[in-house]
Amino acid sequence: MSALLEVEKLEVTFGKTAAVRGASLTVAPGETHCLVGESGCGKSVTALSVMNLLVRSAQRRAQRLAFQGEDLLKLSDRGMARLRGNAMAMIFQEPMTSLNPAYTVGSQMTEVLRRHKGASQRAATDRAADLLARVGITAPGMRLGQFPHQLSGGLRQRVMIAMALMCDPQLLIADEPTTALDVTVQAQILRLLAGLQRDLGLGLLLITHDLGIVARVATRVSVMYAGEVVESAPTAELFANPKHPYTQGLLRCVPVPGKIQRDQPLGAIPGTVPRVGPAFEGCAFRERCDFADETCKHAIPTHHAGATHDFLCRLPA
Amino acid sequence: MRRGWRNAGTWAGAIIVGIAAFCALFAPLLVPHDPFAQDLGKRLLVPFWMPGTDPNHLLGTDQLGRDYLARLIYGCRISMMIGCSVSLVSGIIGITLGVLGGFMGGRVDDVVLFAITTRLSLPVVLVALAVVGLLGSSMTLLMITMGVLLWDRFAVVARATTMQVRNLDFVSAAWCAGCSRFRILAGEVLPNIASHLVVVATLEIALAILLEAALSFLGLGVPPPLPSWGLMIAEAKDYMFFSPWVIVIPGVCLFVLVLGINLLGDGLRDMLGARSDT
Amino acid sequence: MLRFLIRRLIVALLVAATVMTLAFAMTRLSGDLAISIAGPSATQADIETVRKAYGLDRPLVTQFFDWVGRASVGDLGESFFFKRRVSELIGERLPVTLTLGLTGLVIALLVSLPLGILAAVKENTAFDRLVQIVALLGQAMPSFWLGLLLMIVFGLQLGWLPISGTDSWQGYIMPGVVLAFSAIPALTRLTRAGMIQAMASDYIRTARAKGLSRASILLKHALRNAAIPVVAIAAVQLGFMLGGSIVIEQVFALHGVGFLAWESIAKNDFPVVQADVLVLAVIYIGLTMLADLLNAVLDPRLRGA
Repeated sequence: MSALLEVEKLEVTFGKTAAVRGASLTVAPGETHCLVGESGCGKSVTALSVMNLLVRSAQRRAQRLAFQGEDLLKLSDRGMARLRGNAMAMIFQEPMTSLNPAYTVGSQMTEVLRRHKGASQRAATDRAADLLARVGITAPGMRLGQFPHQLSGGLRQRVMIAMALMCDPQLLIADEPTTALDVTVQAQILRLLAGLQRDLGLGLLLITHDLGIVARVATRVSVMYAGEVVESAPTAELFANPKHPYTQGLLRCVPVPGKIQRDQPLGAIPGTVPRVGPAFEGCAFRERCDFADETCKHAIPTHHAGATHDFLCRLPA
Repeated sequence: MRRGWRNAGTWAGAIIVGIAAFCALFAPLLVPHDPFAQDLGKRLLVPFWMPGTDPNHLLGTDQLGRDYLARLIYGCRISMMIGCSVSLVSGIIGITLGVLGGFMGGRVDDVVLFAITTRLSLPVVLVALAVVGLLGSSMTLLMITMGVLLWDRFAVVARATTMQVRNLDFVSAAWCAGCSRFRILAGEVLPNIASHLVVVATLEIALAILLEAALSFLGLGVPPPLPSWGLMIAEAKDYMFFSPWVIVIPGVCLFVLVLGINLLGDGLRDMLGARSDT
Repeated sequence: MLRFLIRRLIVALLVAATVMTLAFAMTRLSGDLAISIAGPSATQADIETVRKAYGLDRPLVTQFFDWVGRASVGDLGESFFFKRRVSELIGERLPVTLTLGLTGLVIALLVSLPLGILAAVKENTAFDRLVQIVALLGQAMPSFWLGLLLMIVFGLQLGWLPISGTDSWQGYIMPGVVLAFSAIPALTRLTRAGMIQAMASDYIRTARAKGLSRASILLKHALRNAAIPVVAIAAVQLGFMLGGSIVIEQVFALHGVGFLAWESIAKNDFPVVQADVLVLAVIYIGLTMLADLLNAVLDPRLRGA
């Protein structure tokens, strides 16, 4: 089955700073693919560059960037606009500010369907109401006439999800959709997303920094560090058998009830993410790596491509 | 990039204002003739770029034979004098009101806001004209009237910035350390709002100059025979269709001076980091 | 919402009352008004006649309350010079001033809005800088001088437009342009700043992610939010234009309220001057309330609950 989304060696620079330095991942249809990493590792930038929503000053390059086989790099802005909101949709981290305060929820939802499928106002409104009910919003008819400021954060995020689904996309990119929400609401939204993904057979690219979320919903995980994807594997495999020192370090940091003992210090990865300028050589993780040696300073890490499990390190597993 | 442009504009403004200040200060030494001396035999001579010009009068003469260049230079002095003094008077009034309102809040602030709203509702040109019309024109009266009418910008900015500063942590720290209100005002608030106020003061000079020119143009500003640029334009109105330069030159002077002051003010705003949302 | 409006109304009435007082005080500044009215060559007897005829022999407080009482019900007194009711005089001239003001505002908006939007879209390019320079030039321009220049060029040399009077609608074009000049710099800057801020906001990123057209994003989503303060400021600018129209009306010989005020000042016709100040102030107050209302109407966040 051909891949839904193929990203090969994506590079994104803002002036002198390289936010993404060679990220590669593949999302299969119907798969929930989580992109995990700490703040500043470039995961949001990766998501935005797939949809080409970066600011004008950003430079995007890739060996291959394809959606359903179509080369996205060659598409004009108009061509991209035809795909956005249509075959591929995106929801963002801050539901409080992501909706236009001047228009009703209903008008913001219907305009997507009317734009891409030329639907009538009536048909679009019906679909919007359906989707609002789908995402668990009661009294959808009333909600359609309300303004964003009248809804809570959790409700707004549900609206965002419903809005993204208006045109039946094949790929949904979710950039940290629960980070800005209360903990209780987080769980609800996640469950909602997982359910929708299952029912609609969506390909879901979920950006997050929370390993707990990964464990719960992901079929496949890609770990990002300092602008690179350093490891990629099916979820169970990654948790059981992490190959990259960073992943190993991450997993050590997560307290698992039962496994961890009292008075045992929580794992931590010493140091901070380095600033990667254009003259950066070698592996970005070397300062914090238990296994690194002198050669790691200069040698570009090798890409070990397994059948399903890839990782990026000079040293073998 | 934008910074660079600002610098060029700021320099241009500084040069213009510098020249104007120089003319204003040293006017009696710079003028070739007495700006008040009439010579009815030499009326409406043309400036040097037109044929038939008199080398004694570089920019020609006006309808009463007075040397044009001399009147222009003196006019500069008048504009600068009025601009600066009005800015000073309105500044004192406006800053006092604004700081009091912003700092004390509550009822005091309500009163200050009310005063500002009332002042903004007044048709300033009309009121100034009425006062001068009733009391007769004189430089002093003009300066006081305009000063009493143009303080709104000072008050608004002083109030807003004082409110911002008042809420900052170091002011609370000074409060806690037992500083008196006066010390806080003088020591913490004023130094921090000063940069914004300097910018406003500069821009107010430009506003005052424009207002004075309009009042003089209408005949109720600077009393003749004092050579205000606005007055010169008014006097020239009757001849403007035949000798357009009599109107154009003082107007250009006004325009350039006000532009220069505005450029300088904007540049100061950037340099002092006093950019806000207005 | 209603409470807010009522509060604003009360403040507005208080301001109007204060302006009434100030207008009264202003005309009494010269001390003995009777002397000014009677003229420099009047005898003592003449002055006494004037004083009695215009009620200036009554105590100041009485005169004040008389003025306040009558003005509150719309009786603005009688003009000394025209021998007519002031409210009639003003009522006749007001349409001219209002037309002039509205013309100026419409021209200003027609220029500022597109310029501001384009400057924001092309932020930091040569065009943007050009727009900012134009705004700067507009701020420095003395309005009466611009009026005269336009008269010379368009009225005399090109003969396209009439140089004075309001016999035809063309008579409003040049003065309208001059008035617009005073408002364009502020409105353009505000539109530009508002658009830049709107375009950088999260909901615009969402709009782009929905694949909407450029025009839709710019005009439907961004402008709708950026325009809110612009519309409010436009109403206030109209107020300033009306208050400052006296100069333009004089230059172009338009018989509006400003021109009436100027004539009356020259003739020491203080009832007219007093009333003029009050009327213009009341109009300004009304416009600021309109601005608040527009803000509430355009921004759903300010309504209700």
